[in-house]
Amino acid sequence: MSERPYLEFERPIVELEKKISDMKDFSVGESIELSGEIASMEKKLARLRQDVYSNLTRWQKVQLSRHPKRPYTLDYIELMTTGFVELHGDRYFADDHAVVGGFAHIDGQPVMIVGQQKGRDTKAKLYRNFGMMHPEGYRKALRLFYLAEKFNVPILILIDTPGAYPGIGAEERGQAEAIARNIREMSRLKVPIVIVIIGEGASGGALGIGVGDVTMMLQYSWYSVISPEACSAILWRDAGRAQEAAEALKVTAEDVMGLGLIDKIIPEPPTGAHSNHAAIAATVKQEILQAFDSLKGLSVEQLLEKRIAKYRRMGEFQE
Amino acid sequence: MEWFRKSKPPLDSGTKKNIPEGLWTKCTSCGEIVYSKKMEELLWVCPNCNFHFRISSHKYIELLLDNGVLETYDDNLTSKDPLKFKDSKKYTDRLKDAQKKTGLKEGVISGMAHMDGMPVSFAIMNFAFIGGSMGSVVGEKVARAIERSIERGVPLVIVSCSGGARMQEGILSLMQMTKTSALLAVLAEKKIPYVSILTNPTTAGVMASYASLGDAILAEPKALLGFAGPRVIQQTIGQDLPEGFQSTEFFLDKGFVDKIVERKYLRDTVVRLLKFMWRK
Repeated sequence: MSERPYLEFERPIVELEKKISDMKDFSVGESIELSGEIASMEKKLARLRQDVYSNLTRWQKVQLSRHPKRPYTLDYIELMTTGFVELHGDRYFADDHAVVGGFAHIDGQPVMIVGQQKGRDTKAKLYRNFGMMHPEGYRKALRLFYLAEKFNVPILILIDTPGAYPGIGAEERGQAEAIARNIREMSRLKVPIVIVIIGEGASGGALGIGVGDVTMMLQYSWYSVISPEACSAILWRDAGRAQEAAEALKVTAEDVMGLGLIDKIIPEPPTGAHSNHAAIAATVKQEILQAFDSLKGLSVEQLLEKRIAKYRRMGEFQE
Repeated sequence: MEWFRKSKPPLDSGTKKNIPEGLWTKCTSCGEIVYSKKMEELLWVCPNCNFHFRISSHKYIELLLDNGVLETYDDNLTSKDPLKFKDSKKYTDRLKDAQKKTGLKEGVISGMAHMDGMPVSFAIMNFAFIGGSMGSVVGEKVARAIERSIERGVPLVIVSCSGGARMQEGILSLMQMTKTSALLAVLAEKKIPYVSILTNPTTAGVMASYASLGDAILAEPKALLGFAGPRVIQQTIGQDLPEGFQSTEFFLDKGFVDKIVERKYLRDTVVRLLKFMWRK
C-alpha cells in the first residue's frame, strides 16, 4: 500500500503550494513578472492554512498524530541530543524494536531516553512493529529505568504507540504482567521522570512506559483509554466510526489537559510537527529542560510523594 | 389420569418450555444439564467439566469471609459522566440500568472482613455491572481498599472480574490503572501481603494493573484471562487461536498464575497463604 505524503484535509493546501511553486519556476524560466500574482496566492495560502488548522476536528488531530512525515522518537533523539548510546534487549527474551532506549545528553545533561519507535517505510514499519511493543519491550524499558535509577540519571520518555501488541506471543509472555509491573515500578523510581506524548498515546501500551513526574502532550497528539478504531469496533461493531469515537472519547491534548491529567500542551508549528522537524524538536527540547529544572529542588522523598499524590487524585466521582 | 390424554400434544422442542425456569441449568461450557439445586450445592461448578459459572459478589462474600460478613465501605461512591459520553446509549442511562439490574451502585464492593480470624481489606468486582469495567469509582474504591490495608497493616484480598477499563470515562479510566498500581507499590514496600484472585473473565486494564500484581495470584479454572481480548487478537493476526488460549490453564503453564484453585478451596488456600505471609 503506497501512502500519500499528506492527509486528505491537507490536500487543498498541498495543491495550492504546488501551484505557487510551479508559478515561481515558470516566472524564473520564462522571465515573466508574476510577483503580484504569487504574492496574492501566498496570502491566500496563509489564509487557507489558518482556516484549516484552526478548525481541526478531534479526528483530524488524531490523523495528524499519525502523519506519515511526523517526527518519531529517533528523529527527536537526533535533533535534541548528543552522544546517544543505544542499549538493546530485555536480558530475558529478545530486543523489541518497537521501543528504543539509551543514554544521551540534552544540553550537556545526561538522561536515559526511552521511547516507542515507528518505521517510515514498509520495511521499517514491520521492523518496528508499527510502534506496538511486546512484553520484552516493556521489560527492556524497565531494565533501562532501573539502570538510570542505579546511576542517578533522570529519565525522559517519548510516547508514540497505537497500542501494546495484541498477539499470541505477547499473551504467552505476559503482556498484562509486563505492563502492570512497569506501572507499579515507575511510580517508585527514585529519579525524575519527564514524559512527552509526541504522537499516539494508546491505552496500556502507552501507560506501560508512561508513569512519571511531568507529562506533556504535543498539540496534535492523543491519549486515550482505547484507540478510536478499537472503541468504534466495540461500541458500534464497526471500526469505520472511529471519527465519532474520537469525539466521544475526548482524546486530544486539550481534552486531557482539561481533565487535569497532564501538565502542559506543547504547541506545534502552525501546520503541524511534520512540517518543521527542527522547530518542533527545539521547542520540545526547551520544554524538557524546563520540566527537569522544575524537579531539581526536590528530594527523592518529595519527588515520590508528589508523584503518587498526583496519580492518587485522578478520577471523577461523587460521594 | 389426565396425563394420559397428554400423549397427543405435538412432539416439538416445546418440552423445554415446560421446565420451570431455573430448575435445571445447562452448562455453557460442556452442555451438561444439571439440577439447579445441585449446582447451588456445588457452588455453581459444573460436575461434568468443572466449568465455574459466574456467581454474584454476595456468594463470594459468603464463601470466602468469616461468617459471610463484609463490613462495607465507600458504598456511596457513584460515577459522574465527565465526558458526557454517548454511543447507542447515554452513559448516564447505562449506569442507571446497571444499578437497577445489579442492585449495586458500582462495579466493586469493598470493605473490611476476617478470614479465619485474620483481618483483611477485601474488594470484589462484579461483571454484571457494565462488564465489571473499571472507571473512576472502581479505581477509587480499590485504591481506598489498598490504603486501608496500608493504614491498618492488614492483608489485601481482591477478587477480580472485569473486561478492563471503562471506555465511557475515557482517559480517566486509564489513570485508575496507575492510581491502584502506585498504591500497591507502597503496600509492597510495607511488606503487607496481597492475594489477587482472578475469576472469569479478568482482562485488559484490570489484568494489566492490580490483578497482575498480587504476591500470590490464584485463579479459578477455565477463566478467560489476558491483556487483549481473543477477538482483537484474532482480527490482528488473521488466524484462529489455539485451543485453550488465554485460559487459566494456559497462563499457569506460561508462568503468570501461581495456582489454579477450585471455588470450594479458595478460602482455605487464601488463608493458608496469608498465614505464611502475614503476622499481626
